[in-house]
Amino acid sequence: MRNRDLSFWLFIMPVILSLSIVIIIPFIYGFIYSFTNWNGLAATEFLGFKNYITLFKDAEFRAAVWFTTKFAVTSVILLNFLGLSLALLVTRNMKTSSFMRTVFFMPNLIGGLILGFIWQFVFISVFGSLGDLLGIEALTGWLSTTATGFWGLVILTSWQMAGYIMIIYIAYLENIPKDLLEAAEIDGASSIQRFWNITFPLVAPAFTVSMFLTLSSSFQIYDQNLSLTDGGPYNSTQMVAMSIVKAAFKENKMAYAQTQAVIFFLIIATVAVTQVYYNKKREVDL
Amino acid sequence: MKRSKRNLHIIEFFGLLLALLWLSPFYLMIVNAFKTKREIFTDVLGLPNESTMDNFVKAFVDLDFMRSLFNSVIITVLGVGIIIIFSSMAGYALARNKSKLSGIIFLVFVAAMLIPFQSVMIPLVSLFGKADMLNRTGLIFMYLGFGSSLSIFLYHGAMTGISNSMDEAAIIDGANRFQVFWKIIFPLLKPISVTVGILNVIWIWNDYLLPSLILSDSSATIPLKMFLFFGQYTKQWHLALAGLTIAIIPVIIGYFFAQKQIIEGVSEGAVK
Repeated sequence: MRNRDLSFWLFIMPVILSLSIVIIIPFIYGFIYSFTNWNGLAATEFLGFKNYITLFKDAEFRAAVWFTTKFAVTSVILLNFLGLSLALLVTRNMKTSSFMRTVFFMPNLIGGLILGFIWQFVFISVFGSLGDLLGIEALTGWLSTTATGFWGLVILTSWQMAGYIMIIYIAYLENIPKDLLEAAEIDGASSIQRFWNITFPLVAPAFTVSMFLTLSSSFQIYDQNLSLTDGGPYNSTQMVAMSIVKAAFKENKMAYAQTQAVIFFLIIATVAVTQVYYNKKREVDL
Repeated sequence: MKRSKRNLHIIEFFGLLLALLWLSPFYLMIVNAFKTKREIFTDVLGLPNESTMDNFVKAFVDLDFMRSLFNSVIITVLGVGIIIIFSSMAGYALARNKSKLSGIIFLVFVAAMLIPFQSVMIPLVSLFGKADMLNRTGLIFMYLGFGSSLSIFLYHGAMTGISNSMDEAAIIDGANRFQVFWKIIFPLLKPISVTVGILNVIWIWNDYLLPSLILSDSSATIPLKMFLFFGQYTKQWHLALAGLTIAIIPVIIGYFFAQKQIIEGVSEGAVK
């Protein structure tokens, strides 16, 4: 199939058209609008870097970036730990293994918005009454402080995504040659030694994939944030994605919201590219 | 040997305990959906005293559930359908065309995956607003744009396993490119189409933000309706929980029937 074949272009035209209209053109426009006073309808003035300067001075936005980063780092660590542990658990030869896989994966199928509402009930009502019943004050008033809101979000997303990460690790664990592990066992390696010297290095590519997925998805979290805490109390659990939506559609500050969106893109692109580059390098070394 | 077997039983026991803990939010949701507002307050952990279906009936009506279910199904089926049709065609064409241009186009699609939705959201909504396309048709077209990158990537990867000699033989026999693709190649891509379908169904079915910016109340999908419903029922947990339970029933039914394909599809998509 050559370039000058009409069929080549007919085959790729629909997706090129939709990608251009839905992503590429809005992306370029968005970049340009961030330097203007665009109000959603028209841009009458070119402002240069004015929006960006305002943004860097904006304490609330800085707090959102910091909160998002903290959240992403915490959940990447937790999710990979949980995902690998669950994968090691369910790849053992047990009758109930497939039942466990089914259960651990289930939350992924239900949208973040609905899961956030369910956990809002668990944190507020269930934790609240358990706290009253057992006299543990730490359990009451969840989601009403910044710290409990943070951990609430971490718990919710760990519960939701661990099963997904588990599936990735399972796929790589099942590719480890059985005879390699058996040979090591015969040679007298303990199960801990077998894990650190064989299993762990061989699942390194899974770590690259799952770290990419967990990083980019935790930086972009919106639904869970909206339904669990709605950014409260006092916007202290508001993440960057939510900050953009609010600035644009609640406060109607379109150009300013778009400036946040450009910075958001730069953060995610930098983090993702660095992470993949670094992980790939590490994989080769092993 | 005996000791390792006992160890396995201990591990299995803790595994099952963890699985129960994993299910506990669903347990709490379901049992409390049957309780009265008062009983949720007095006994949140136990089974309902005198369970009634009242909460479910009211939530079902207030959610306008049959309509939002229908809207969700229509949008998901059409969205995933066009993603499968057009991404498989593009993946095939890009894999078979070895030119530099084709390589660049493929790279652009892959690079587009790095752009988060929020970065294009505002101009996108404005653009579609001007074109008077803030409706279901516009939404489905957008899903093609957002879903095509990963799908083309998966189809492109799968094509490397299908030899070009098949195409050539069919062309010599007088078939054109469309016939070659639809009659020979597309059926061979079925396993990857299942993966692409599952990944996109999960995403589109659960998507909230995009529909919330585009759809009116009458064409609201389940997540969107759920959000509107919740606004009215803050503090009325008995109704809210019944609504949540109703909303996830279709997903659980789907998972029950297609469990194996879903887990395999997701792992296929993640490993590629």
